[in-house]
Amino acid sequence: MIPLVSLVTFLPGAAGLALLFVPRRSVGVLRVASLAITLVTFVLSLPLYFGFAGDISGYQFEENRPWMPTLGAAYHVGIDGISLLLVLLTTFLMPLALASAWGVIEDRLKEFMVTILILETGMLGVFVSLDLFLFYVFWEAMLIPMYFIIGVWGGPNRIYAAVKFVLYTMVGSVLMLVAILALYYQYGAATGRYTFDLPVLAQYVMAPGRAQDFMFLAFGLAFAIKVPLFPFHTWLPDAHVEAPTAGSVVLAGVLLKMGTYGFLRFCLPLFPDASLAFGPVVWTLAVIGVIYGAWVSTVQPDMKKLVAYSSVSHLGFVMLGIFTFNQQGLVGSLIQMVNHGLSTGALFLMVGMIYERRHSRLIADFGGLWRIVPAFSALFLVVVLSSLGLPGLNGFVGEFLILVGAFQRNPWLAALATSGIIFAAVYLLWMYQRVIFGEVTRDANLGLTDLTTREWAVLVPVVALIVWIGVYPVAFTGKTEATIEALIAQVEAKASAHR
Amino acid sequence: MSTTVWLIPAFPLVGALLNIFFGGVIGRRAHWIAVPALAGSFLASCVLFANVVPGETLTTTLFAWVVAGDFETSVVAYIDPLTAVMLLVVTGVGALIHLYSVGYMHDDPGYARYFAYMNLFVFSMTMLVLAGNFLLLYVFWEAVGLCSYLLIGFWYTRPAAAQAGKKAFIVNRVGDFGFGLGIMWIWSAMGTLDYDRVFKGAAELPPATATGIALLLFMGACGKSAQLPLHTWLPDAMEGPTPVSALIHAATMVTAGVYMVARSRALFERSPVALEVVAWVGVATALFAATIALIQTDIKRVLAYSTVSQLGYMFTAVGLGAYAAGIFHLVTHAFFKALLFLGAGSVIHGLGGEQDLRKMGGLSSRMVTTTITTTIGALGLAGLPGLAGFFSKDEILAAAFVTGRRGIWALLLLGAFFTAFYTARMLFLAFYSGPRMTREAAHHVHEAPGVMTLPLAVLAVLTVISGVALGIPSEHGTRFARFLAPVFPVHDGGHGGFAALLVLVMAVLVFTAGIALAWVVYMAAPIRADAIGRPKTVVHALLLNAYYVDPLYDRVIVRPLLALSEFLARVFDLRLIDGLVNALGRSVVVWAAGIRHLQTGYTVNYALTMLAGAVAILAFLLSR
Amino acid sequence: MIGLPAYLILGALVFSIGLFGVLTRRNAVGILLGIELMLNAVNINLVAFARFNGDVAGLVFTLFTISITVAEVAVGLAIVIAIFRVRRTVEADRLDLLRG
Repeated sequence: MIPLVSLVTFLPGAAGLALLFVPRRSVGVLRVASLAITLVTFVLSLPLYFGFAGDISGYQFEENRPWMPTLGAAYHVGIDGISLLLVLLTTFLMPLALASAWGVIEDRLKEFMVTILILETGMLGVFVSLDLFLFYVFWEAMLIPMYFIIGVWGGPNRIYAAVKFVLYTMVGSVLMLVAILALYYQYGAATGRYTFDLPVLAQYVMAPGRAQDFMFLAFGLAFAIKVPLFPFHTWLPDAHVEAPTAGSVVLAGVLLKMGTYGFLRFCLPLFPDASLAFGPVVWTLAVIGVIYGAWVSTVQPDMKKLVAYSSVSHLGFVMLGIFTFNQQGLVGSLIQMVNHGLSTGALFLMVGMIYERRHSRLIADFGGLWRIVPAFSALFLVVVLSSLGLPGLNGFVGEFLILVGAFQRNPWLAALATSGIIFAAVYLLWMYQRVIFGEVTRDANLGLTDLTTREWAVLVPVVALIVWIGVYPVAFTGKTEATIEALIAQVEAKASAHR
Repeated sequence: MSTTVWLIPAFPLVGALLNIFFGGVIGRRAHWIAVPALAGSFLASCVLFANVVPGETLTTTLFAWVVAGDFETSVVAYIDPLTAVMLLVVTGVGALIHLYSVGYMHDDPGYARYFAYMNLFVFSMTMLVLAGNFLLLYVFWEAVGLCSYLLIGFWYTRPAAAQAGKKAFIVNRVGDFGFGLGIMWIWSAMGTLDYDRVFKGAAELPPATATGIALLLFMGACGKSAQLPLHTWLPDAMEGPTPVSALIHAATMVTAGVYMVARSRALFERSPVALEVVAWVGVATALFAATIALIQTDIKRVLAYSTVSQLGYMFTAVGLGAYAAGIFHLVTHAFFKALLFLGAGSVIHGLGGEQDLRKMGGLSSRMVTTTITTTIGALGLAGLPGLAGFFSKDEILAAAFVTGRRGIWALLLLGAFFTAFYTARMLFLAFYSGPRMTREAAHHVHEAPGVMTLPLAVLAVLTVISGVALGIPSEHGTRFARFLAPVFPVHDGGHGGFAALLVLVMAVLVFTAGIALAWVVYMAAPIRADAIGRPKTVVHALLLNAYYVDPLYDRVIVRPLLALSEFLARVFDLRLIDGLVNALGRSVVVWAAGIRHLQTGYTVNYALTMLAGAVAILAFLLSR
Repeated sequence: MIGLPAYLILGALVFSIGLFGVLTRRNAVGILLGIELMLNAVNINLVAFARFNGDVAGLVFTLFTISITVAEVAVGLAIVIAIFRVRRTVEADRLDLLRG
């Protein structure tokens, strides 16, 4: 029996460390090797998808080995319908992110490749950990490479952005650590068994009240900052604008999902009463985020900032879906996480491509690009449309399911959130119109070259997936249904145990 | 049978994909793919039409699409006579317009792209008509909106075109916002989105719920069919190529709202309030747009406002429960309005891109086929007895009259008078009055090639015969209504006696009066170019500026929202939220700046502090 | 026979002298000397306790302390020399690079 999950998780990091022994001058070797590593990781993660039984709600591909038995911490990993898609999203996006940095990162290339490979292991570890201790280790470990990616290879204001990113995240994580320990001791005191094992802890029915509320809030703050839920979002535009393209893709595509994943994986099953009690607060913030993010996006002069704020809006939808506590909302959220990773990741990739050519991201510096770079413009259109939730592409499926779920909870809130789809069309199409349509206004744009083979290779898989999810989402939702159903049943059972 | 059904959208889809992916290679030969695709689709529609069994509904499922818990929707087709009629119109008129485009677009650099979009539109539109549940309807509802966006902005280098495309998409999204909520409500109330189950279950809906759902759905229809207050995008959509205006913004897409309301009649009939709203919005739009059309100087804008107005008629009919009359008007309107647009396109083509009525005139001698066919189309629109528009409009007027809605009838009659006037005005100014273009422009005037005039002729024939063939009223409704009878109940009676005669006579009178007035104003004496469309009075200015609705929206909605967004982005987000975050960071720095002085750097101080600490701890331990 | 308290008083005196030296000397070498005195005061205590409790553990500790003291002096003086080479002074008060 091959420990597939561990293999997928640790391959990039281990291979990345091995790259340290490659001489710095062998640029070609470093590039090819790192890309190959991420590709192999992706290929290795495919059996997870095909071997995953969608009708089983429990964890699959589980590995459980003692690690620090005296503490009750174990090396316990596995995937279920929730983490499967996120693991795949990560392994899928990493080669693309690396390929996008192919000719762009020249300075300290070796360190960059090693850092990004370690980052991949950190992120995968977060998604597969089934032990709170292990989870926390990965959660913090992945901060460090991201800090370097922004701080070393970022834009002019990179230090400020990197420090802000790390401090902001740290504030939440420290509180989460306290809550993890509180949970650990409470469970130990109640049962006599001290353990960080998530499936075990999830069975524990905690009495509702202050203790549970505080733990929920501590976990919730850490995740809300990561999501980012309004009003904890201000690190995001800075981090995105300063990060290199590959960093932005990973940040938007995967890192933000850790927040929403955390809510699904920890807050809901561990603190069901508090989750239900705080549901209205979260919806409200989520809906504010949807509309606020869209409005603020509309007036951004910088394309990357526009896309960054649009993430606030999109993830507002995801949060809304998670806290509907019904099948439509949760399945919608999960698929929307993947969608956001693809659409926003692709938007960042394409903004990065144009930045490479023109060294500007200001909308005002462009105009009339269709005439010069038609292929770029056409693919950009597909990605923009997917981001604004055009039916037939991926974004629609997630958004609509979330809204259906929200409508059952509270029609008025759903109506407000639905208005977000109007504003999404406004800011994305307005940006598109100013960049792509019209006459060419700047002579500097006349010399732009259309997509290269490498860029085609990066974009085609994303666009293919965007269309595939839009047309045939069952291929993905089918894997998650049972898990989500079991999660809802668990939350309801635990929450009603005290009534 | 089910294979035939899927062939209808499959042909244009394949055509679109081929032209999208291989457009660079195909280039000028794009029509060899696009036009046959439409022809195939039309043939398949004909087969379907011939095989539709009245009174029976066929559904055929392709695959399960969105599934989450008990939320289940499939890609499913729903076929009944209404579907068949709509498909015939979409693919038939679509095929003619594709053929016409071969001539109209022949030297455009985006030839393949144009046909790719057009095929994509026909695919989406046929799927919209075929859709067997509300979610699928919504999908293609937005997809046709996308094609509309792409085709309006087809000449993307023109800022006005790009702007108009975006405006169309966003205004449609406002409608779709309501439509989407309506669909969510349907699912929440009934647990299904499939047509047959929703329509069966509608009877048990509480009236308040039904009203809410119906009004939300109607909001979507208002967006797509350019009804008040979401009509503003359609006149701007004229920035697109003229065949696009003919196909999308006259014959097919804009009528999707009417189709949807008629299709969902089970929901609407549950709520008298909603039907009343539909009818009155229709009346208001019909009059509103007709008055604006009276004075426009751009030939395409006259037609655009006329389309808005005619869509108002259809909605009125549907709101009054005369579904068959509404759909019949939809069909005849598709013929004569497509004809008018194509005629206008031929004029524009002949004049080298000129759309201004002030610079036309006297074309009747130079463009004979165009003049004849366009005149037939115009008379069809104005309601010459015997032509299609006369019968279909008469059906609507009669429905208003016999259901006792004399007020609506009178208003529609007034609208018909306006229609006759502006149609005649357009016709006179373009073709029959003295030429007003420059000598240079006049020299270049030429008739369109055969590939363009053939569709004109076919549509003209359809305009002439479809009324007589399908629309002669009888005791049991028109032939058209009887064909649709399984879908829509036929209102027996009412088509006889004094009432019917009165309606008929009034319609003829109004038609004659409108034409006569236009003759007096524009033909009786030669007219100078600068006298046309000049804002002589306040009323003129009001109409010429389309009641200032666009500036109003700009002032009341767009600009305040933009200002608010600017405030949120520059002040609230950066100063307040981020300011708080940074202030927190700075407060740590300030605090640290205070306590840093404890760190003197003198070893002695550290040693003394250690000593003091040790003594303090010792004292504490000893004192216990 | 001299009792344990006498040794302890001696130890305390030596410790205090050393401490006084550490706190008052400005020369880094003087400070090191003071530290030596303090460590030896500790040694006196350890040896005295070992003698009066009949326990060898104190003697063992003393041996450790002496060897560590040697190492400490060696490292300390090396640092002082290194500082002197760079700064041309071994005045502790002027070595205030760590001032906040």
